[in-house]
Amino acid sequence: MRARDTDWDGVRLHVVTGKGGTGKTTVAAALALALAAGGGKVLLVEVEGRQGISRVFDLPPLPYEERKIAVAPGGGDVYALAIDAEEAMLEYLELFYGMRRAGRALSKIGIVDFATTIAPGFRDVLVTGKTSEAVRRKGKDGRRVYDAVVLDAPPTGRIARFLNVTNEVAGLARVGPIKNHADLVNGVVSSPETAVHFVTLLEEMPVQETLDGLRELRAAGLPPGGIFINMIRESLLPAQILEAAAEGRFDPSELALGLKAAGLADGGSAAVAVAEALSEEIAEHAHRTELERQERLALDEAARPRYDLPLLADGVDLAGLYELAESIRNQGAA
Amino acid sequence: MKTPPFLDLDAIIDDPGTRIVVCCGSGGVGKTTTAAALGLRAAERGRSAVVLTVDPARRLAQSMGLTELDNTPRPVTDIEGEGRLHAMMLDMKRTFDEIIEAHADPERARQILTNPFYQSLSSSFSGTQEYMAMEKLGQLRRSDDWDLIIVDTPPSRSALDFLDAPERLGRFLDGKLIRVLMLPAKAGGRSAFKLFNAGFGIVAGALTKLLGAQVLKDLQTFVSALDAVFGGFRARAEQTYRLLQAPGTAFVVVASPERDAMREASYFVERLAEERMPLAGLVVNRVHRSPASMLSGARSTAAAEDLESRGEHELTSAVLRLHAGRMQLAAREQREEEHFVSAHPTVPVARVPAMSQDVHDLEGLREVGRLLAAR
Repeated sequence: MRARDTDWDGVRLHVVTGKGGTGKTTVAAALALALAAGGGKVLLVEVEGRQGISRVFDLPPLPYEERKIAVAPGGGDVYALAIDAEEAMLEYLELFYGMRRAGRALSKIGIVDFATTIAPGFRDVLVTGKTSEAVRRKGKDGRRVYDAVVLDAPPTGRIARFLNVTNEVAGLARVGPIKNHADLVNGVVSSPETAVHFVTLLEEMPVQETLDGLRELRAAGLPPGGIFINMIRESLLPAQILEAAAEGRFDPSELALGLKAAGLADGGSAAVAVAEALSEEIAEHAHRTELERQERLALDEAARPRYDLPLLADGVDLAGLYELAESIRNQGAA
Repeated sequence: MKTPPFLDLDAIIDDPGTRIVVCCGSGGVGKTTTAAALGLRAAERGRSAVVLTVDPARRLAQSMGLTELDNTPRPVTDIEGEGRLHAMMLDMKRTFDEIIEAHADPERARQILTNPFYQSLSSSFSGTQEYMAMEKLGQLRRSDDWDLIIVDTPPSRSALDFLDAPERLGRFLDGKLIRVLMLPAKAGGRSAFKLFNAGFGIVAGALTKLLGAQVLKDLQTFVSALDAVFGGFRARAEQTYRLLQAPGTAFVVVASPERDAMREASYFVERLAEERMPLAGLVVNRVHRSPASMLSGARSTAAAEDLESRGEHELTSAVLRLHAGRMQLAAREQREEEHFVSAHPTVPVARVPAMSQDVHDLEGLREVGRLLAAR
């Protein structure tokens, strides 16, 4: 175990959700790297069959199998698992009932179609069940196999329903094996060992969905985690300049002088033209900065720990992932 | 970069032959806003349009002057010109209930509506929502009350779910598993086992172990009740499929200039071609441009470094850094778009610049419409 304190000491299951387009998978991957840093062993799980993890790590598609995909800074391993509902069900049947042949027969007649169409709750129980098993799994030495499990979960709009499996299957199965399995999952996801993190951008709709999602989570008795504000563009301009630009009071003449001094414009008129075009850009930037400030204020309502993650100018690549992981560690999220 | 053909959305919504526009794409790319803006623009250019959304965003309802959206088309007021616009939000449970009520006698309808499996099926998100969106689309089309229907697709885990789910649900309700489950009810008792095959014993045993006897019984009751109502769920799915393949339909794929969204857009375009669905083109939303593009990012960065080393014109160097960042972002977005265009050079493309603000009212939607149509 590491000596340093983090905001989520004691948490073993990190569930990461977010509205589409906020970079949920990227943040989940970076969080897994950050948690593994310094000698940990972390499992990164995906459940929606999108192969998002393999894309982020630039790997061929992942099978239904836990395999090592990355080494964390300072030693430490990240394993990945892409859960397939059908495979999870076959494994479940074999593990608990020793039914291998029957499992294949069920699969052939479309029981998986059944699980994914008629009763999606069953599908969720299978994938969260597999995740919970990984969280609780112990090695021969009696210690947990993984120090932490990071789950790249469904989007914010579905998260409470996805995790609240007991409730979801309650109407279908009041007793029986599915119900027992759901209770087991519930024991893990509603315990203090779990935290549900939200990824958002400083834009109106993702922030609104984050606040709604947190409310639903609390109502369902599930443990809320932190808020990761993704793709932040740092503001290079001083506040009074931004204020002036937002109100259309920015004077481009000083800028024109600067451009001339930098050798970017020969004649006076060219400098003025470029300066004016740039001041339009500054005004847009100022406007957006103001909107972002308002969205930050809106997030105060949630009263959750927050972490700022920078926009990666060159897009998400492996180097960018490590950069995000470091930022996550520096802010104490891992 | 090879220039793709221009996606002329005005030509599409002005063509009286266009009866259905489907906006599809991955989550978070602005599908719903695009659908609403197209609907408004079509109405203000003289069409009688209805927008069917599955997105419960209150903001969108408010932007059209409606306090909320429900399963019935509501008129949007303050439309300019001769056309008209209605908007509605899919309530999948309500839509499903209505199908049951319309096709079953009251007693059987009650049996179905109170069955726990029906309740799970009709209020769950996966598959049913797509199916009911298609069902509603079919209803709106048959009613002939509007000459243009604009629909946005559900926020599925992948854009392709939308094409697959109706077929999958239809196949399932018509499939082998259902027949196995129906067997004891239809043939009665043990004779069914011989009638089917030896595999059935294993299957029934496994199902009982997996689900428990009570669940299996509920499921059988549900399936036999539903079977009597429909007979041909699959036929319905195929009917909607044909509706989508008809020449009066136009698919508009929506993406943002990000890697994942463009990749989904690519898959979708290929999939539509396989299914012989009529693709109109691609809308790339939230494209970043610079009003000062005459100044390259590289020159900007070099000049900023120069000023910084001389310790002069602090403001100018900060502005140049800001501009360089903007140009870098624009270049990255352009690369993502180029990937798509080189793979699909004949697909028409329309670009919509990033707006600094979300849409809050009809004027905002109008502005999105103008940007969608602008060359």
